Amino acid sequence: MNDARSSLARRGFLIATGATALAFTAACGTGATTPDAKNAAEGAPKRGGKLRAAFAGGGANETLDPHAANLFVDAARAKALFDKLADFGADLAAVPRLAERWEPNDALDTWRITLRKAAFHDGRPVTAEDVLYSYRRIADPKATFRAKASLEPIDLDASRALDPATVEFKLKRPYAEFPNVLAAFGAYIVPRDATAFDEPIGSGPFGFVSFKPGSSLVVKRNDTYWEGAPHLDELEFVVAGEESARVSALLGGQVEYAHELNPATARTHEGKGKIEIVRLPGSAMQGFVMKTDRPPFDDPRVRQAFFLIADRKELVDGALSGAGEIGNDLYGKGYQYYPAGLPQRTQDLDKARALLKEAGAEGLKVTLDTAPAATGFVEAAGIFKEQAAKAGVTVEIKVGNKDTYWKDILNAGTFASYRSGAMPIESHISQRLLTGSTTNATKWQQKDFDDLYRQAQSTRDVTQRGALYERMQRRLHDEGGFLIWGFADWIIATAPTVHGVSKQAPANTLDWARFDKIWLA
Amino acid sequence: MTPPLSWIGRRLLLGLGQTAAVVLFIFALTEALPGDAAVALAGDHPDPARIARIRETMGLDRPAPERLADWAAGLLHGDLGTSLISGRPVTGYLTAGLGPTLLLAAATLALLVPLSIGLGVLAARREGGPLDRTVSALTLAVHAVPEFAVGVLLATVFGLWLGWLPPTAVGADVFTEPAVLILPVVVLLSRPVCTISRLVRAGMIDAMASPYVAQARRYGVSGTRITWTHALPNALAPATQQLARTCDWLLSGVIVVEALFVIPGLGTVLIEAVAARDIPVVQGMAVVFGIVTVTVNLAADLAARRFAPRSQVAA
Repeated sequence: MNDARSSLARRGFLIATGATALAFTAACGTGATTPDAKNAAEGAPKRGGKLRAAFAGGGANETLDPHAANLFVDAARAKALFDKLADFGADLAAVPRLAERWEPNDALDTWRITLRKAAFHDGRPVTAEDVLYSYRRIADPKATFRAKASLEPIDLDASRALDPATVEFKLKRPYAEFPNVLAAFGAYIVPRDATAFDEPIGSGPFGFVSFKPGSSLVVKRNDTYWEGAPHLDELEFVVAGEESARVSALLGGQVEYAHELNPATARTHEGKGKIEIVRLPGSAMQGFVMKTDRPPFDDPRVRQAFFLIADRKELVDGALSGAGEIGNDLYGKGYQYYPAGLPQRTQDLDKARALLKEAGAEGLKVTLDTAPAATGFVEAAGIFKEQAAKAGVTVEIKVGNKDTYWKDILNAGTFASYRSGAMPIESHISQRLLTGSTTNATKWQQKDFDDLYRQAQSTRDVTQRGALYERMQRRLHDEGGFLIWGFADWIIATAPTVHGVSKQAPANTLDWARFDKIWLA
Repeated sequence: MTPPLSWIGRRLLLGLGQTAAVVLFIFALTEALPGDAAVALAGDHPDPARIARIRETMGLDRPAPERLADWAAGLLHGDLGTSLISGRPVTGYLTAGLGPTLLLAAATLALLVPLSIGLGVLAARREGGPLDRTVSALTLAVHAVPEFAVGVLLATVFGLWLGWLPPTAVGADVFTEPAVLILPVVVLLSRPVCTISRLVRAGMIDAMASPYVAQARRYGVSGTRITWTHALPNALAPATQQLARTCDWLLSGVIVVEALFVIPGLGTVLIEAVAARDIPVVQGMAVVFGIVTVTVNLAADLAARRFAPRSQVAA
């Protein structure tokens, strides 16, 4: 190689790298020299700046149609551009958003929604017509939107706009928890003529700038947002499927916010000052489903034995690297209506053996279906296999295909790994535990249980309703098909300059990925 | 010395057949995968009624041969169809992904040729000398490390410890910020440089020992001229064909590198499409990959004939 060329090449290399080196030291410098910046986080928000947030995404599945949202990144982007009538607080109770208030009739089957004063990005006010158009679009018989199942209780043909700021929803049956529908995943309000979403117009805190599917979405501050303008000038969502790439980009100063990290990564960087780790508790229920309509789990004693086989602490430590808390075979720890008073179940192998013997299931063999469809699935299966062996139960692990896992385990098999994101306890019951539920993986089909649920939905008083929920959950705790051993933290990381990130909100609730409340300092 | 046209025609026809076979094979494979686009899209909310509806809107309820025939008919009009998931045209996916991938591949090839020829000739000139032994040891060692490991190592050292280079291409436009491509290109270069430089070295050693080089020496031609104009062209024939194979390999090596450094190229598009069972996109990729591979190999054989007409490359 001749010298002139290589020295030139080397100089080009230094020029190209100088800028990034500077950026990198700047990013480190702030973290290293101002540890008190974190304490000042409660101070006054600063306005301005651009935040880049890295999410895992799906190139082909990416869409800005908020009704078609499927992935976390879709939900985060939809939240920046659009509003729902309601959203979920940290305890998964519905809080008003575009709806200022809601008022049911005595029978709880007609709800009057009063809209607040809000406008779309093009200046048009948000009206009752937009709300009805949005819901009808979601519920269209030909459509395949995820929120369609949530809107099923509404009789949209009979629902109407009383005036521009009032919608009257007629329901097919009494539904005390109707606000959960208004807050459902994907139930966003779009303008009444919206059909294409290449350049979406919503009423959210940020307005659209540019979109490259599979790589980036840029949005800018909506100065006239009804809740007050965001602090950031601009916000960019970038997509990075590999977790290691999201962390590298954050460490290298290429993004300021990284969503969904592994517990091991979080442990490595926690307290080092380079990046801030935020753990959102109660975000992901972790467990196993036992099909209660077929052997061996059609005998409640076998289910109870399995409850007693699980060493929950070991599962949380092993499968989640300790990033989570133990579960008590009930969904929604920390959410509204959760019966925190029920005693925590612990491993009791002798009692488990006795129960199995009583049920005539000694030397039991079961196949556990699992797949790398979620963090910790395969690991948890391995750990449970060991625990079951101590009680004389042989668990055979069958690892399936991750892309089709959820459909595969819905009706087939007997025993499988399971996970769920955050939703109200009511939604969990209505979607998974009633005779007609569409995703009833435990095949829990009990008429008296259905009746309790219906009774709760016709009960106006919250305390009485809570008592009915407790009865349902006692039943599930005693002999249900969900073996819920833990709740995983949802881990995100930010640059030290980022403030205003909620540390309480489970994933998919109002304050999760809420970039209008975040500022850079 | 141009090869007979009939030979090129034969090769082109063969290439067309190969591409068609690849496309058919890919279709069959994707069909054989468990689940379809409707199931993949429903994800963790597998409401059977919803899956059935999605299937209907996607036209997946029709038999596979019918869908393939439809798609093939579109292809004859130059229409690659639309994505099942987004409804956007497949050509859009391809053009969006092609840019970054071509840039990566082109940068890699542009550096690969001079680097490997230089290394090979350097090693061959002092056969068995310390330099030759060092180059041989190094190329063997580097070749033994998988790209994924090289990539993680380089990104950690140069991107995070030293801070000289961007550790990923997250959110960057590869065309306006070429710095993000430096590490990926180095990773892509790491293995082919080793194989091709070794081939050049072996070819050079053979050529330098050949009668025509001895004859040139007797005529008093300078050593440098002999090396570069007499020996090298003959030594390049096997290397050229290996280079063509490297182009094929680049298409797959790119998948690892793109995932590692988050470059939104063809590899990323393909992985996403397979996970989503988005058959039209997968098929579109198969067509492109097939055509590229056939063209590159044809060009390489032509070049090899050009460099060493007497070695009679078989068609």
